[in-house]
Amino acid sequence: MLPMFFWAFVVGGLICVFGQLMFDIAKLTPAHTMSLLVVLGALLDGFGLYEPLIDFAGAGATIPITSFGNSLVHGALQEAEQHGLVGVLTGMFEITSSGISAAVIFGFIGALLFKPKG
Amino acid sequence: MGDKQKQKLTPEQQQYQQLEQKHEIKRPVVKNCFKAFLVGGLICTIGQAITYFYIYFFHFTEQTAGNPTVATMIFLSMLLTGFGVYDHIGQFAGAGSAVPVTGFGNSVISAAIEHRTEGFVLGVGGNMFKLAGSVILFGVFAAFVVALFKTLLTMMGVL
Repeated sequence: MLPMFFWAFVVGGLICVFGQLMFDIAKLTPAHTMSLLVVLGALLDGFGLYEPLIDFAGAGATIPITSFGNSLVHGALQEAEQHGLVGVLTGMFEITSSGISAAVIFGFIGALLFKPKG
Repeated sequence: MGDKQKQKLTPEQQQYQQLEQKHEIKRPVVKNCFKAFLVGGLICTIGQAITYFYIYFFHFTEQTAGNPTVATMIFLSMLLTGFGVYDHIGQFAGAGSAVPVTGFGNSVISAAIEHRTEGFVLGVGGNMFKLAGSVILFGVFAAFVVALFKTLLTMMGVL
């Protein structure tokens, strides 16, 4: 259990450093950086490299936004196994639904509860 | 600035740009990376703790515990965003607070809060995904291409 915390910290931190380098060295905007990272996560899962990273680092790999791309591909492939090509469309949000619904629901609740500052 | 654009400038403008570059404050890259590593790592460690919480108390497996964890992290990010704490973390940590899923949550929630004065339908509803929309668009499209290729290759028996 303890090594898992350690590797979550290290791997998660390293992915964030990668993002920071894209901010500072490549001078990309946060939106460009996030989009690139998501695409990168999707590609990594396409080559089957993201799942081993999750086994190794746990939340260090599932919490960074790259995992969003990973689970999109994962859901699509899972459904595609059962239903063929149509599954790519129907399964896309199968795994990520919790993230998107949480963002929508809590975003709305946040807008109801809090007032903009300044 | 690209070379092409540079050629169009007059000599005075080029001189000014050199002057400007000389006085531009250098970004402290190493320091920024250290901060991003520290905060990003901490957020992921908290995520790991929540993952274990779901595994031990709600009987999720290692594979499925990621989903409720992400939802919980976004909930936490709603509270931090609403109370104005996440902005401060973001100024300190840069990518360290933007790259984790809490940053995704923060961009949705802060846009929702910011635009509530324009009404719930046009303001909150219309602007919620203003920043996060590009992440969803490129994520979904990349995933579509990757999954399509992989499925086609599997069907043709290549993989």
